[in-house]
Parts: sequence; C-alpha cells; structure tokens
Amino acid sequence: MSNAEADLVIVGSGPAGMAAACEARILGLSVVLLDEQATIGGQIYRNIESAPADRVEILGQDYLAGRSLASDFRNCGAGYLGGAVVWNVSLDGTVDYVADGRSQQLVGRNVLLASGAMERPFPISGWTLPGVMGAGAAQILLKGSGALPTAPVVLAGCGPLLYLLAWQFLRAGAKIDALVDTTAKSAYLRAARHGAGALRGWRDLMKGFKLLSTLRRHGVPVFSGSSALALEGETRVNAISFTHRGRSVRIPASLVLLHQGVVPNTQLTWSTGAAHRWDKEQLCWCPETDPWGRLGETPIYVAGDSRGIVGAQASAVQGRLAALAMGERLGITTNVARRAELQSQLTRYTHLRPFLNALYRPADENRIPQDASVVVCRCEEVTAGQIRSYVELGCLGPNQTKAFGRCGMGPCQGRLCGLTVTETIAQARGAAPDDVGYYRIRAPIKPVLLGDFVP
Amino acid sequence: MTTDALFSISQKSKPETVTITFDGKDLTVPAGISVAAALLVGGVHEFRSSVVGRVPRAPYCMMGVCFECLVEIDGVPARQSCLVPVKEGMAVRRQIGAAHLNEGSFGEEL
Repeated sequence: MSNAEADLVIVGSGPAGMAAACEARILGLSVVLLDEQATIGGQIYRNIESAPADRVEILGQDYLAGRSLASDFRNCGAGYLGGAVVWNVSLDGTVDYVADGRSQQLVGRNVLLASGAMERPFPISGWTLPGVMGAGAAQILLKGSGALPTAPVVLAGCGPLLYLLAWQFLRAGAKIDALVDTTAKSAYLRAARHGAGALRGWRDLMKGFKLLSTLRRHGVPVFSGSSALALEGETRVNAISFTHRGRSVRIPASLVLLHQGVVPNTQLTWSTGAAHRWDKEQLCWCPETDPWGRLGETPIYVAGDSRGIVGAQASAVQGRLAALAMGERLGITTNVARRAELQSQLTRYTHLRPFLNALYRPADENRIPQDASVVVCRCEEVTAGQIRSYVELGCLGPNQTKAFGRCGMGPCQGRLCGLTVTETIAQARGAAPDDVGYYRIRAPIKPVLLGDFVP
Repeated sequence: MTTDALFSISQKSKPETVTITFDGKDLTVPAGISVAAALLVGGVHEFRSSVVGRVPRAPYCMMGVCFECLVEIDGVPARQSCLVPVKEGMAVRRQIGAAHLNEGSFGEEL
C-alpha cells in the first residue's frame, strides 16, 4: 500500500467537495478528491460534464448551475480519483479506499467528509417490491442515462424533489398517472409561522402551487393530503392504494416513485466515532461539529448535506468555509473579508430552511410504520412489529436489535433502516431519539474483497 | 425481454452501444451507463432474491446506499450494479439469496 500524502483529502465530489477543493487550492493546499461514482457532481449535478444539451434543457437551471463549479474544480489543480470507494477514515487522517480492484491509502493533513444526502427511507407496506423506487433514483436514471419511465408512473410523497421530478418528466414527455401528495394541510399553517423565512418561502410555495396547477393542466390527477399509503403486488408492484378526503383510492401502476425528503448520509461520520445529535426539525442525525465543520479535536471536517440538509448552494459555501479553517490549521493566514463574505452567503442560502423543514416534514405514519407487517430492515427483512416485540423484551436501542433479530446487519449497514429503527424504538419506549441512539457503524463502511488487498 | 421494461432511453442520438449478458441473454445498451440502468432498460425486473424470504428485489436508490441492486458481475458476487459502468462482454447474473464463495476457487462451501 502506498502512503501518499496531501494537505487535504476530500470524500465526495458534490457541491461541498468541489467548492472546498477550489477554495483550498486558492490557499495553495495540495488536494486530492475521492468519489465512488464514475463522474463528478455528486447526485445533484450528476453527469453534469457530459449530459447532452436536450437533457440539460429538461433538467433545468438549477442543474445547469453545476457546470461552472465543475469546470472550476477541473481547473483548480486538485487531484481527482473517480470510482474510488472509501471504506475507512481514521482519526489520524488516513483514508482507505478501493480503486481499480486494489485497496489503497492516502493520508490527509486534513480530511473533508462531503458525502452528501440520501433519500429518506419510506417504509410503507410493499416498498420492497420491484418497481418501487425513490424519486431521486428515477432522477439519477434521467441525469445519468437519459432514461425515462415507459409506462405511466405514480409519484407519491412530499418534498421539492418530488415536484421537480414531476415537472422534469412532463418536459421530457413522460406520462404521469397521478401525484399522491402526503403534505398535510396543517403543514402549511406550521410553515407559515416561520416569520421572515416564511415570507420569502411564500415565493417557493407559490412556485409549488404553480407547478401543481401545471400538473393539473397536463391532466395529471393530484391527490393532496393523502394518507395510509400502501403498495400492492406479489413479485412486483401493480398498484398503489391510499386514503384521500376520507375515501379509499387504488391506482394500478407498474412503477411507483416514493419521496419524502433527503437526510444526511452519516455513515462516514458515525464510523469515526463522532458524536451525533437528533435534529428535531429535520428528523435525522447530524454530526456535532464546530462552526467550520470540524469533528472535535480531529483533523476531520464535514461540509454540505452530510452535516445537515442545507441544499446545494449552502453546501458549496460550507465547503469553502471549511477549506479556510483547514488552511488556518496548517498555518496559512486567510482573508478575513473572504470569510465574512462566505458567512453572509451561508446565512442567505439557509434562511429558508426552517420554513422548508416545517412545510415538508414527513408524516409520522410514513416514518414510523404502524402496520406491524411493514419491512423496516430491507436487507434482513425485519418488520416494524418485530422491532416493537424486541422493545417489549427489553431492547433499548438500534444496536441491540442486531442481537435480537439481525436488524441492520445486512449489506446496507443500516443506511435504509437506521432512522426508522431509532424512531420506532423511541416511540415504543416513550423515549427521545437522542436517548435511543443509533447503530455503531464500523469500517469497512463499503464492501471490500479480500482480493482488493493483494498487492 | 425489452417488451415491458420500466425505463427506456431515447435512441435519437444513436449512441455508441455495448453488449452485455444477463443470465446468458444478450442485452445491447448505450455505452457509459451503469449496469443497473442497463438492466432496467433491458427489461430486467428481478435483480436478486432476498436473503431471508427469497422474494424478488430490484434497485431502490440508484446511488450506492440501498444495496438492492446486488448482482454477480464477471463471476464476482454481490456487486453494486448502480456503481459499475457497463463494459463490452460483461457477464451479469441474478443473485439468488446470500452471496456464496466461488466453489471452483475455494473448494466446498462450509
């Protein structure tokens, strides 16, 4: 194994990672960026360098905005390794990764974790059936391969990405059979209480309303305030059922795209042993950092959505601010005005967040399954009812569910069940998520082959 | 097997293609896309069967976190097909239940 060194090793080539690389290069730091995907951009700007013009047109302005950052990153002089799967980050700055079928090491005097977000799991009856995917997954297919649904599709859930995807599908000529919106009426009232944020959020909200009317104009039925969602089928999905205005509705569908927001991908930060806190507004775990993203007294920093959902623009600014802090750790004097400018940008870009958190707060019933038969741990096929039965037997937290029934012990290492398990146990115990805790995540955080270690 | 694929890719621009196999059947797909995308546009509905209940599973996240798209690629089991780009001649197989060591290389299964 080689022991290459750099002033800064970055994990993740989304907005936070790319912007941090650019800022660190301005300070003269040597930078290497690793990403497990084959192309740069993260999920938001996936395939931004080679997506053809007609696809960019469909995806819209917010996607196109990634192109200049990607080009700045390419020209900033940072090293870049694509297809590099990071499986361990040590507190001394050592980063282990597999690339080209070989495990290799890099030592960073600073390490920035910018592993971004993932779609919040949507544990309802039938969500493990083939033909049920995340809306983000379908958007990835569109960004990465230009693939569109062949048959009419049903979109279900809540959150900006769901509406954005619907709009992109319409522009691309894909047929949408229905939009099943789980945003409750009360959410609008809750969001409206967010003062100044709400005032500016109103514009976003109007954009949302405009989009919904566009959908209706295209003949797409929109079922607002829906609840009791379930997916039907034996070997693949064939229908979605739900309650709308007190009536049961059933819509046949071979493809159902679910979405209820995104949550930080915290696998790497947990694996370093860092403290995390339960964010009551975003209903997810966030690593505890100093204002610049540093984890305790370590050389490891976190920026972007993996530190708490802030969106693409704020993620990039967080990456830059972290780069300044890491530069200072290495004895480089940074520009005070630059830092102030970035901080005011960050304030501007995160101003709306409390409003969005309130408006798109996913419904309890779609986070904590009340139907005992709903699969929570997809890998080991552990149900909500089983988890509650473990609690009755004295199980206190997610780690213990492993011993009770292998929950969280499959290949996804708890990524798709962890939040649900924490909240399900918290509800059953009448305890706070912070007291229930999370799985102990250990390296390797991605599967590695013994053959990857053969020199 | 492309008759009822859930997704399709517009062939307007006549992209470069590669041919891979899934369980021995040829699939010709655009170059540069992931194996998972290739199987989805190729009409594959069941990528693997689950480890406990042996029920059909297919990709959920397409970004490397859900591990539902695990298949065998060129003899190596449990590969995340959403993270692996297609290559000419790639042999992909459905994964049934848990991954097993290759008997040819390691002798009898324990």
